[in-house]
Amino acid sequence: MHADPKATLTGVHFMNGDQACCEGAIAAGARFAAGYPITPSTEVVERFAHRAPEIGAVFIQMEDELASSIAIQGGAWGGAKSFTVTSGPGFSLMMEHIGYAAMTETPCVFVDVQRGGPSTGLPTLPAQGDMMQARFGSHGDYPMIALCPNSPQETFELTVQAFNLAEKFRTPVMLMLDECVGHMTEKVVIPPADQIYIEPRRLTKKRPDEFRAFEPQGDLVPEMAHAGNGYHLHVTGLTHDEKGYPSMTPQTQGLLVKRLFDKIRVAEDKILQYDEDHIDDADVIVVSYGISSRVAERAIHMARDMNIRVGRFRLITAWPFPERRLRDLSARVKAFVVPELNMGQMVREVERSVGRNAVTIHVPHAGGSVHRPEDILAAIVEGANGDRH
Amino acid sequence: MAAKGFVTINVERCKGCGFCVEFCPTKVLSLSSAFNSKGYHAPFVVQAEKCSGCDLCGMYCPDFAIFGKRLPA
Amino acid sequence: MATATDELCVVNPVEQFLRSDRMPHIWCPGCGIGTTVNCFARALLNAKLDLDKVVVVSGIGCSGRVAGYVDLDSFHTTHGRAIPFAIGLKLANPELTVVVYSGDGDLTAIGGNHLIHAARRNIDLKVICVNNEIYAMTGGQTAPTTPAEATTATSPHGTFEPALNIPHLVEAAGATYVARWTTYHVKQTEKAMTEILLRKGFSFLEIISPCPTLYQRRNGMGDGLDAMKFYKEHAKTKNGTPTSELELDKLGDFIIGKFVEKDKPEYCEMMRQHYEEKLAGKYEQRTICQ
Repeated sequence: MHADPKATLTGVHFMNGDQACCEGAIAAGARFAAGYPITPSTEVVERFAHRAPEIGAVFIQMEDELASSIAIQGGAWGGAKSFTVTSGPGFSLMMEHIGYAAMTETPCVFVDVQRGGPSTGLPTLPAQGDMMQARFGSHGDYPMIALCPNSPQETFELTVQAFNLAEKFRTPVMLMLDECVGHMTEKVVIPPADQIYIEPRRLTKKRPDEFRAFEPQGDLVPEMAHAGNGYHLHVTGLTHDEKGYPSMTPQTQGLLVKRLFDKIRVAEDKILQYDEDHIDDADVIVVSYGISSRVAERAIHMARDMNIRVGRFRLITAWPFPERRLRDLSARVKAFVVPELNMGQMVREVERSVGRNAVTIHVPHAGGSVHRPEDILAAIVEGANGDRH
Repeated sequence: MAAKGFVTINVERCKGCGFCVEFCPTKVLSLSSAFNSKGYHAPFVVQAEKCSGCDLCGMYCPDFAIFGKRLPA
Repeated sequence: MATATDELCVVNPVEQFLRSDRMPHIWCPGCGIGTTVNCFARALLNAKLDLDKVVVVSGIGCSGRVAGYVDLDSFHTTHGRAIPFAIGLKLANPELTVVVYSGDGDLTAIGGNHLIHAARRNIDLKVICVNNEIYAMTGGQTAPTTPAEATTATSPHGTFEPALNIPHLVEAAGATYVARWTTYHVKQTEKAMTEILLRKGFSFLEIISPCPTLYQRRNGMGDGLDAMKFYKEHAKTKNGTPTSELELDKLGDFIIGKFVEKDKPEYCEMMRQHYEEKLAGKYEQRTICQ
């Protein structure tokens, strides 16, 4: 299935990440959004509010993020591809409903344009402090898919992918921008609609008496049905059986929660995306994502000018985390340098994957601006000069 | 005098709340001394001929355990 | 000539609306929630709606369990958030008849903000609020609707807070249908439910209901049947009473009836008209996706 040519804004544009996100959602087929204003994310839904009535979509500004984050799930079960957009404080408010979406396997997209935190923090300045929250923010156990674009162009592309992953795996998907990527204005090329692949919703063809909304298919993902079509669905956040009926026993819990994890785990190779460069002969690898990867790129060039063999490993999916790939790389590399606009989040995953095989050098930053390339360079130099552990 | 209606009682669903017994306008029902598998005393019909089939018992029942129906004329 | 078995259908007329495989339900003996569901089932029959298009959305609590027992598309959502979920459903598919069926704590405490704004928008939701004046599911804690001087799990020395006057709140917010009945008043409840199923706009129906296990028992007020007799004796029907006069206290008379019923533009209608006017030929209405 491909994007709708009537709605897709094919062409060459000069737009910022927030705007590109909106266009990505529209190209992906999103026709319902609910949101609440919060800097620096608001432009996404402002643009959607403008476009919606001309493309058969609906935008509603809800009274808070709690309402927005569940209105989109009503929208999904009512028949629309849906998304919401927020930043740190709103992301925190949405956590209960992210868990609800994971538990009820509701396909939808949550966009977090990260800003300085904690609390009200720095509303207009960048950070990457919500990365662990994207994975573990709600209570209980559930897996998560999170994507991190580092440019407005990539924001367009990864937004489309986020919706496709949500439909393919019947799961919520987190799209983690930051204020820089959200507010930077760059060239964005939107291809013709017939070149944009859209994953259709996995609607069942079974009859209502045969269909079970939580019965896994071969890939462990259940088919879906919409309200209003005679399926008499029951959807609950309580631990439930394949019919969706509450079944609050350890046995059902074991089956259900394990399957929620497995449906992502067994497809991990298809979900994982990362961008590697100069890896084969690297002594040092810089692991980064989002806006930090742009600055890291500069530091990498500076290091190569100093003849340091440094490679780039850019996370495009932050979750699932490419644990196995990093573990393999750690066998032949001295050090991993991890710059991020936080006090240490994804670096924990790097450390965990790399273990004692190599040194992990963290380049933290409390947020509010981007790293200085010199700071990342210093870490690269340290990694290049140091011994392996 | 012939009854104008009849009731059907699902004894196993009943929780013995007593609404139907109390609010039947013609006092057709009474709570039984027998009890179901959960230990609740379900109603039984004591004055079948007084039943009009008004279904007030059915409307009051919180457990969908009883309903009344008018007999065809 | 019809035989006796043709005429005498021995299936409960409500059964078609129930997930019979989940009976008996979890509500206590003498709890009024099941009674309200009976009225609802009869109202569905009266309204002759396409049952495939009726959706029930509940929150968390004893009343929130209604979603799990009705054989319709039903959604058991999070505490306080049935209304925004319902709004999402309605906007994605305006052909759905969306019923929000939940309890007083769920709808007016944690869900209060959503109640206010949905009423303000006059969006076509049928909100059935079973008010048992307590947080029952969690063991009988004080709710905003618990009358003063009641004993609850979180006010063991008795409450002193004034109780919320829900009809007054929702009318002020913009609801175009507001009524209050009790589980004793089954005929009126059925009629009110039929009315709200058939009308457009934000409709709010409060149904006072006993919680024998927690509210009645802790306050020496007998069981469910005693509560029903209390409603019979003390509830006074006064349609059209100004909603400011609808406070509830622990004992004594209280007013029930239909208080607000007016015609105002409904949200989806307003949206459509607005965009048609502003965008003329460029407006594309929401396309329902199968």
